[in-house]
Amino acid sequence: MKHVLAVIVENKPGALTRVSGLFSRRGFNIENIAVGETMAPGVSRMTITVDGSETVIEQVVKQLHKLINVIKVSNLTNEPSVMRELMLLKVTAEAGNRSDIQQIVETFRGKVVDVAPDSMIIEVTGNDDKLEAIKLLLQHFGIREVARTGKIALLRGSKITIKS
Amino acid sequence: MKEKMAKGSAMILAALEKEGVEIIFGFPGGTVLPLYDQLYDAPIKHLLVRHEQAAVHAADGYARVTGRPGVVFATSGPGATNLVTGIANAYMDSVPLVLITGQVASAFIGTDAFQEADITGITLPITKHNYLVKDIEELPGVLAEAFYIASTGRQGPVLIDIPKDVFDQEAPFIYNQNCDIAGYKPTYEGHAGQISRAVKAIRDAQRPVIFGGGGLIRSGASAALRELAEKARIPIVLSLMGLGAYPGDGELFLGMPGMHGSVTANYALTEADLIIATGVRFDDRVTGKLEFFANNAKIIHIDIDPAEIGKNVTIDVPIVGDVRLVLEELLRKLRPGNTVKWLKQIESWQNEYPLPIGSNNGASTLKPQFVIRELSRLSGGNTIVATDVGQHQMWSAQHFVIREPRAFITSGGLGTMGYGFPAAIGAKLAAPDKKVICITGDGSFQMNIQELATAVYNKIDITIALINNGCLGMVRQWQDIFYEKRYSYTSMAGSPDFVRVAEAYGAKGLRASDEKTATAAITQALTEKGPVLIDFVVDPEENVYPMVAPNRPINEIIIRGDY
Repeated sequence: MKHVLAVIVENKPGALTRVSGLFSRRGFNIENIAVGETMAPGVSRMTITVDGSETVIEQVVKQLHKLINVIKVSNLTNEPSVMRELMLLKVTAEAGNRSDIQQIVETFRGKVVDVAPDSMIIEVTGNDDKLEAIKLLLQHFGIREVARTGKIALLRGSKITIKS
Repeated sequence: MKEKMAKGSAMILAALEKEGVEIIFGFPGGTVLPLYDQLYDAPIKHLLVRHEQAAVHAADGYARVTGRPGVVFATSGPGATNLVTGIANAYMDSVPLVLITGQVASAFIGTDAFQEADITGITLPITKHNYLVKDIEELPGVLAEAFYIASTGRQGPVLIDIPKDVFDQEAPFIYNQNCDIAGYKPTYEGHAGQISRAVKAIRDAQRPVIFGGGGLIRSGASAALRELAEKARIPIVLSLMGLGAYPGDGELFLGMPGMHGSVTANYALTEADLIIATGVRFDDRVTGKLEFFANNAKIIHIDIDPAEIGKNVTIDVPIVGDVRLVLEELLRKLRPGNTVKWLKQIESWQNEYPLPIGSNNGASTLKPQFVIRELSRLSGGNTIVATDVGQHQMWSAQHFVIREPRAFITSGGLGTMGYGFPAAIGAKLAAPDKKVICITGDGSFQMNIQELATAVYNKIDITIALINNGCLGMVRQWQDIFYEKRYSYTSMAGSPDFVRVAEAYGAKGLRASDEKTATAAITQALTEKGPVLIDFVVDPEENVYPMVAPNRPINEIIIRGDY
């Protein structure tokens, strides 16, 4: 089963390597990883999607905790939370099918962010299902390239993962 | 108060002084020239080894005996990479070390400069933590953190890599040992609710066993362990790392469990209804095939490292904390159960399955077990044994009676050949009043044989008992049993005359190839100022028994050997 972990780390040199190295070294399957600053100076938030059984995930969390630069690890999988990923797609778009593409993009509340004579770039955010769905629909026109940020997540309601 | 300015190299020595470091193990080189220059007229002792790997192993032996971090200096590039095996060894066995390596000057980092190696990258998976200090202002804090992290919680090696120019830069020096690290807060006190559950489990158990490991020794839990075992009448098995936590000749001691453990220890774990696991990590060499391990038992696991709990074996009562503190709390609430019947069962196993002592049945051959037993008998108490890795290590664990904690120094997790001799040097420096015996093999000894120079020059008074069977005995044993006696490259033919090698370095060398001369040589070596090497020419056919084949249940034991 896929789990989403929020890992709060000190923004020290090598911190990202320590975390990602841990996954390969201990044989954990990392699906994706997204890193960014938090409100607290010198503290970053990593959102890691990892595949494994409950026992494996328990080990992942404990091993992450052992890293000195890791301040906190929260498993958001079974908590009500908002999870999003941003995807950019470069789609083959001739004059004849632009409006069809446009329609799909609007349905998914995406945006056309760049237009060239024979292609356009589409920006779309959402959860896994939504991103996969639009990808499937746009495949029909020809997807030339895809870039994804990896998933990020916050708990719903007033609960927070870390105080700033 | 005005902050005192100091150079990087001076900060390091000042920090070592504040940490009470008595000795540095090291080897100089280009990038640590400024540091060694500072050392030139400093009061602190420095042991110059002949290979950096020996510096780590010696510091490791020192740390295992004293309980305090061992300190190592090495240069960049090959100096640093030569430390790697020793660091991995210390990491696997949770030994506190602080390693300071020189790095190429800041401006050259990343350019493949002469003697450049990314040692923080290389040692990332084998250190508890490591640092590359690019800013002199950070150095005092990093030094304090390194000692704090290495010596607290589950101990381990911490490496600090310092570019050559940083040693010469100046900054204010304030040394604050009260480290507050947001992501590092070890748990020492056990959870009261879990301790109560453990108390109840012990009261209700009919066939309890204490399974203890290195954590008992690191936390100083021997007295508490003994009290628990004796009050509740619970038998004890100790892993290789735990030997000495309870006296090897104590009445409740069943021996070591696992691959070369005693039959009784393995039967006891298999038949137990409760295992009190203290400071152990359920290594595969102990558990054998996991699905069959202790299927009848409820397991209490006490360990300072939460990640060890539930890693290999499912735990019923997890207790995260310092083993000593948890056991002491457990003792305050202890309600002993009745184990009379269980102890009778154990006694009958002990009578039925004694340890094979490798009797030569009156022949003239010298058996390795005899040598170890004589070393144990003749050295008496107040002795530290440092072993290398292989058959002699297992025979030492089985036959040398270890009566105290911190008296058996061995490479457990990594199984590093070449560890024993330098570790014995470190052990002797840590405990000058104790007798130190290095039990090694002809394979292992040749992996750090150059340290004879270090030992002789520094008059390190140790006895080197070389169990010489002319081959890589443990590998050969597996070829013998599992590979149809196809002895692929396990002969050590071509080895030197070890007595003459010892003499060439200026050490005393003795040789024994029968029981009478062996006893005489041991007696002589133990009374003479060392280093003394005894080359015991032993029976090359001798194998270590009992034995559990890898990944088999631990009660499926190959029992052979002479009694």
